[in-house]
Amino acid sequence: MLETLGVRSMNDLLVDIPQSLRLESLQLPNGLSEFETMAQVSVLAARNHVYPDRLTFRGGGVYRRFIPAAVSAVTSKPEFYTAYTPYQAEASQGTLQAIFEFQTLIAELTALDVSNASLYDGATAVAEAAMMAYVHTGRNEVLVSGYVHPEYVQVLRAFGEGRGIKVRRGAEANKKTAAIIFQQPDFLGLLVDAGQLTKAAHDAGALAIACVDPISLAILAPPGEYGADIAVGEGQQLGMSPSFGGPHVGFIACTRELVRKLPGRLVGTAHDAQGRRGFILALAAREQHIRREKATSNICTNHSLCALAAAVYLTYMGPYGLRHIADVSFRRAHSLAERLARLPGWEPAFPDRQFLNEFPIRVPRARSVVRKLARKGILGGLEVNHWFRELKDVLTFTCTEVNDPQALDELMAVLES
Amino acid sequence: MADRRYTKTHEWVTVDGKHATIGITDFAQSQLGDVVFLELPSAGRKLAARETFGVIESVKAASDLYSPVGGKISEVNEKLASKPELINSDPYGEGWILKLELAEDLPADLLDEAAYKKVAEASSH
Amino acid sequence: MSEPLSFELSRPAVDPPRLPEAEVAGPPAADVLGREMLRARPPGLPRLSEPEIMRHYSRLASLNYSISENFYPLGSCTMKYNPVVNETAAALPGFADLHPYQDEDSVQGALELMWRLERALCAVVGVERVTLQPAAGAHGEWTALRMIAAFHHSREENRTEVLVPDSAHGTNPASAALSGFHVIEVRSGDDGRISLADLESKLSPRTAALMLTNPNTLGLFEREILDIAELVHATGAMLYYDGANLNAFMGICRPGDMGFDAVHMNLHKTFTTPHGGGGPGAGPVGVKSELVPFLPAPTVERTNGHLTLDYKRPQSIGRVRSFYGNFGMLVRAYTYILAMGGDGLGQASQDAVLSANYLRKLVEGDLDMPHEGPCMHEFVASAQNLHDKGVRALDIAKALLDRDFYAPTVYFPLVVPEAIMVEPTETESKATLDAFAGAIKEIVGKAKTDPQSLHDEPTKLPVGRLDEVAAARRINAYLQGLSEDPVLRWKAPAEALETASQKTLQESPC
Repeated sequence: MLETLGVRSMNDLLVDIPQSLRLESLQLPNGLSEFETMAQVSVLAARNHVYPDRLTFRGGGVYRRFIPAAVSAVTSKPEFYTAYTPYQAEASQGTLQAIFEFQTLIAELTALDVSNASLYDGATAVAEAAMMAYVHTGRNEVLVSGYVHPEYVQVLRAFGEGRGIKVRRGAEANKKTAAIIFQQPDFLGLLVDAGQLTKAAHDAGALAIACVDPISLAILAPPGEYGADIAVGEGQQLGMSPSFGGPHVGFIACTRELVRKLPGRLVGTAHDAQGRRGFILALAAREQHIRREKATSNICTNHSLCALAAAVYLTYMGPYGLRHIADVSFRRAHSLAERLARLPGWEPAFPDRQFLNEFPIRVPRARSVVRKLARKGILGGLEVNHWFRELKDVLTFTCTEVNDPQALDELMAVLES
Repeated sequence: MADRRYTKTHEWVTVDGKHATIGITDFAQSQLGDVVFLELPSAGRKLAARETFGVIESVKAASDLYSPVGGKISEVNEKLASKPELINSDPYGEGWILKLELAEDLPADLLDEAAYKKVAEASSH
Repeated sequence: MSEPLSFELSRPAVDPPRLPEAEVAGPPAADVLGREMLRARPPGLPRLSEPEIMRHYSRLASLNYSISENFYPLGSCTMKYNPVVNETAAALPGFADLHPYQDEDSVQGALELMWRLERALCAVVGVERVTLQPAAGAHGEWTALRMIAAFHHSREENRTEVLVPDSAHGTNPASAALSGFHVIEVRSGDDGRISLADLESKLSPRTAALMLTNPNTLGLFEREILDIAELVHATGAMLYYDGANLNAFMGICRPGDMGFDAVHMNLHKTFTTPHGGGGPGAGPVGVKSELVPFLPAPTVERTNGHLTLDYKRPQSIGRVRSFYGNFGMLVRAYTYILAMGGDGLGQASQDAVLSANYLRKLVEGDLDMPHEGPCMHEFVASAQNLHDKGVRALDIAKALLDRDFYAPTVYFPLVVPEAIMVEPTETESKATLDAFAGAIKEIVGKAKTDPQSLHDEPTKLPVGRLDEVAAARRINAYLQGLSEDPVLRWKAPAEALETASQKTLQESPC
């Protein structure tokens, strides 16, 4: 190749680089064979303790769920996972159609008009929704009502600071409020009065943003049914492993009026000259590469492969499979809550509140409880005190369909000893 | 043909007594491509000369719209909601965008036909 | 060949999959929660059996081009091969099954991997620390600008402007605006590089930062980078590096040494984590010492071999996402760096530069080359020479699709008319490059003799050119309430909706 170029060496091609910047080499060890690479990486993996999913009772935004084999069978197809962003639509119909299906699934689950092609995670989804409300209403304050995931609120604040949006706690909206943001079920697992919060927002001319658990939507009233304007959430439970926090997937759906303000990608249908239906990236004129500094957001990607996992999961489950999963989780969690409350000194933190499959319980010396369980290979409840001062010695426990009844017995046996 | 004046940002304006009609030029519509949507204000709003009053979108681009003159919007072309392509097919006629009740004289730095032609030529690739 | 939607394949007769029963005492949710809490209508999810699902997605997969099958010379995207061993590493249960809220003592391996990745990236780009939190390139870019804003704020300096070259990717100004900055464009000179004179005229005490890609989006190395850095720093502003083109010079030179204060990287480009059809990726940001206090929290710290997460960072800009980053992608990138080593990464960049120059030479007779070579890892050609035949960059792109090549980036950067940006990467063999050049030659030949035929391509793909304008108009009609066809989702025909909901009320599910 150098001959074709008519140059003698690589240095002739690198002429533009000042000599003073040229490196001898990188300060990194030399490369390894595949065998040695996997050996080293495996050593790191082995230095982590993996709790079996059946003995995991900790949630806080990431949950152990049954993941059908079909999910990874599809997401590990190289045609999906090594494909690029579908800019050349004709060569990307697989990805585009899968995302179109994802958008429809999310819109159906949330009972709202349109969903986008996915976002990075639940936290940034909340931030994006707040920015939509800011752009739409022209007001620069958002209210966070109740126990919204503290990390989501932290991310909301970080985005808010860049954009000049103030984040306040409470539910007293006024004419400076762009939106009320609430979580259903909330961070502790408790159910909130979503209808009332939505009404409070609308009465003040603000938007209602509901941060929802996607599996709960098989049973609970979805945002569209109680009139919320934007629904966001974390889709990890729809077929993604915990993976130490990521990559997972955020989703965002909204009413028709707000669609032009949706950040990120949108897939829509289109037709070719023969009238064949295909799919394209739509309404690109909203996005950062065209609006540049006038875009709602700067997000230009989606978590496409994770959205694909979610689509496969939801399609595998169907409406009745999903409802069954949600109900099994509900019943196991309620059974566990009852049994735990019988332990001496253990009592529900909010006895008058309902929950789905995650609940807060006050215990004697939370730290030692968690340690005791860990020593027996059980990932017990989540300590929430460091986020919420008023919740001293409160742990949140989660149950899903992976915590079989024997696992509940094993948990109780350790705590009773 | 009414005496059209132009802005450097490719809008045109014609005046009829106390009223002005505004649109975008043929050059602008050809650069933009097929128009798919316009974000426009409502009648009654007051605009200043050079103020942005909306956005015009094609599939691949979005451009701000600037008012050539100050005044109060008396009419918005409703047809553009369902037929934005009028801007491409008839930018100076049926593709008009706004009508204003003038609040002031036309700014002195608006371009005439010849001057605008030069601007258009300089902008085109 | 097309594939119906899962919704169109759905049949009400399909049973739900067999799932575990609760097997505990206690009533179901529907009996406990009040009516108003419950969903009135079931979600309209499709009902397919597993064999139908697998067939559906396999057929969808066959409708895609991907790097595992095709050459993807997309400029600025670095579509290099995704080694499959990275997938094996990320899927290890010791990584995949870790809950982010486990005790630090139980995830020392994961924290060690993050720490080592951070060290490796520092070595590649020449910075002091790296945050691994950002989930994507644009996300990382915004994070960097927030840190720069925090830095100036801490010195009580009111700097409201960010300078961006006119050749920059649109994300640059969008991220700047999102961070509360006013964006000012700096012109490129005739040689395609940033104009120092224009830069000087636009720098001021209000400048927070200059954002630069190097090599720039034309694939040209900014020769005067040391002077640029000096100019920028002299005004008290910071220099931000957009890492889109880092593949050009790993092991050859380092952005940190050039004077960049914040160095953004794309793990899904330079470090080969797979694109996944659009994501997930990861956009780490490296920083010099002045910006270290502002890094997102938590950072990973290592003392005496023990790893911890450090949350005690009072000047941190806070969190930019939940948990610690796209950990699964970090595992892939780390595995790649481990396998390549310093020698391998250096070789990769050299091969990338060589391939780009070679390919540029092969096609320079067929397409316009607006700027003089040599280029670095990518080059920008122009289809302007075919303008009088009525053939545009878009036609070239679509014609390439018909010849089994994914099209290069077109219409970017905006400073070149009918731009075609080509980045072959080090993955491709000489044979592939020769074949691609041959295809370009053939297409350009056709443009001169039979241009109309190019307007009809692609003809060999599942669909031909899709009418985006008609689609956009249909969407806008829906958004304005002039139609009920959402276009952005599938909707059940009205009668089917009624029957389904009636059925559900009668059916008594599990």
